[in-house]
Amino acid sequence: MSDPKLSVRNLYKIFGPREADFVARVEAGMTKSTLLEDHGHVLGLRDINIDMAAGAITVVMGLSGSGKSTLIRHLNRLIEPSSGQILIDGDDITALDAGQLRVMRQKRMSMVFQKFALLPHQTVLQNTEMPLSVQGATGEAPREAAKTWLARVGLAGYEDRYPSQLSGGMQQRVGIARALAADTDIMLLDEAFSALDPLIRTDMQDLLLELQRELSKTIIFITHDLDEALKLADHLVILKDGAVVQQGDPQQILLEPSDPYIEDFVSDINRARVLRVGSIMAGVHHDHFDGELSPDQTLESVIKKSGGSVDQVFRVVRDGTTLGELEMATLVKALVPRSRSGS
Amino acid sequence: MATYDGVFDTLGMRDWCDVGKEDAPMSMAQLLAQTQGGDAASDGPAFPFPSLDVLHESCARIGQTRDLTASIEQGFLAVRPELKAVLDPFTQPLSWLLDGTLFAFETTPWWIMIPLLAALSWYVSRSGAVTGFVAGVLVFFGIIDHYDVAMQTLAIIFVCTTLSVVIGVPIGIGMARSNTAQRMIVPILDLLQTLPTFVYLIPLIFLFSVTESKLYGIAIILYAIVPVIRLTDLGIRLVDKDVIEAADAFGMTSWQKLTRVQLPLALPNVMAGVNQTIMMSLAMVVIASLVSAPGLGVLVLRGIRNLELGVGIVAGLGIVLLAVILDRVSKAALARVDKERSAS
Repeated sequence: MSDPKLSVRNLYKIFGPREADFVARVEAGMTKSTLLEDHGHVLGLRDINIDMAAGAITVVMGLSGSGKSTLIRHLNRLIEPSSGQILIDGDDITALDAGQLRVMRQKRMSMVFQKFALLPHQTVLQNTEMPLSVQGATGEAPREAAKTWLARVGLAGYEDRYPSQLSGGMQQRVGIARALAADTDIMLLDEAFSALDPLIRTDMQDLLLELQRELSKTIIFITHDLDEALKLADHLVILKDGAVVQQGDPQQILLEPSDPYIEDFVSDINRARVLRVGSIMAGVHHDHFDGELSPDQTLESVIKKSGGSVDQVFRVVRDGTTLGELEMATLVKALVPRSRSGS
Repeated sequence: MATYDGVFDTLGMRDWCDVGKEDAPMSMAQLLAQTQGGDAASDGPAFPFPSLDVLHESCARIGQTRDLTASIEQGFLAVRPELKAVLDPFTQPLSWLLDGTLFAFETTPWWIMIPLLAALSWYVSRSGAVTGFVAGVLVFFGIIDHYDVAMQTLAIIFVCTTLSVVIGVPIGIGMARSNTAQRMIVPILDLLQTLPTFVYLIPLIFLFSVTESKLYGIAIILYAIVPVIRLTDLGIRLVDKDVIEAADAFGMTSWQKLTRVQLPLALPNVMAGVNQTIMMSLAMVVIASLVSAPGLGVLVLRGIRNLELGVGIVAGLGIVLLAVILDRVSKAALARVDKERSAS
């Protein structure tokens, strides 16, 4: 694997007036509840280590209070870490002074917010060109860029409206256009779609994936929704109580949850729709196949193809090369989540 | 023989007390008692409250209350030349500004002034009804021969409100940015708001001559500046945290954040503060006529002094009319800003 675009190293965050004093004690094993009850400090993040690959979508998932929003705010230092490093292309951004930090935020990262956070007194167009005008760009260039991005997210013709005149989904499209207009390599999306209703949310996810295929940004996406996480993630990080419980390939996490907490999490998922052929295929044992599959197909599409029969065997092929085979029996077993009791 | 003589005797402080006793000036009570041929203390209650005056009768070394007020006065008079030397130069422009504006409002002929003010109302309110009402009230002032005094009052309010905004908004911004500044300024604002308005006038009269217009200018500004400061502070503090976070995330400098996010979003609150400031300077302008501020207040004062009921009431109602037009115009401007925000 090439060098990660963005890495988090041994990141700790403790909220309270004497945060620095408690880092060592948390490192030594003090629990979140002891810290809170005996010392009145809140443990935000504990020993976070994540590598985020360039051009990939890293999804950080956790329930509310797991520290996921705290984590994403460390990446552009809206929250200062108690200890640890955040590296972008190998540069430690925790060492930047205020001026350098501002330049870093302008040029290297942009952010999309859960509550959109558009400027209500400015038009959609002014909102979209904001990142560029903050950088000091004037004249036609930022306006043209903003118009292009607005058209790209499907908002051509809405340039002169005010945010309050748009629906939630459209406002978040402005939020995305604004982040894209900043023309940064890294995009941070903080529960960007959580405030939207389910259908719009699916649209927005598709829009994000489509943009990503074209632009290959390094995206860090925060969500509390596992379906959303599995749909978007190239790399999935699951947070609980401020610590990473498991991270890796989302299909792998689904098939081999390392922790009862994650088992509970993944048990409600529609596995047929999420798991892909490539994740459960085996080496070739058969001579006769009932058909060919692509490794990226979902199991749901395979079931449809098989017509419900469970004794078929398919060959998995990409670009004419046989990668493996998939027995329908294996597929059916993969649909049942592994559980603690083994039942 | 005074009530608390025994106390000082028991404490063995008699000698200390009696030093210089003969020089002490007589209190009014003593003087009265003397003319009535009795002892001051013997007529009072059995155990008078041990106030400074009562203790003074037993022990000359303890000062009387009038010494306290006298020493405040002495202290103020002692620093007065220095204070005046510092304050005079940079308050002088206020006098020029007030005199100049009064001159301009008084000398501009009514057939220019009334259309001008109507146009101004239209410009800030964009409301035909408000503009018509303003013109009507001004014409009414003309008809009842109160046009000149109304213009004087308006000129004073115009200058004092403008200065209050110019000074108050930056102070409000400072308060919004620093909790320490807020903690320090809020008690001063509370003091300015609760201090009876006449009390401002007392030190100002000592400091400046009554004929200077800055005297009432300062009194009005001190009284009227409070709401614009408070509401600027509040308005900026109420700006949505998410929007501020977004401004930070896109790397705005604090100046960009102030001018592009905080002030525009605080504007409705600031405007509400300006409206309050206008109303309060109007209230103060009447009291300021005690210290030579011209305008409708002078007529109200004449009504009180000479018991000219009609003059006082007409002038008082004139002030109400002025208040109503100023309030309508500034509220219409505020409503316009709000409306442009939500949908246009």
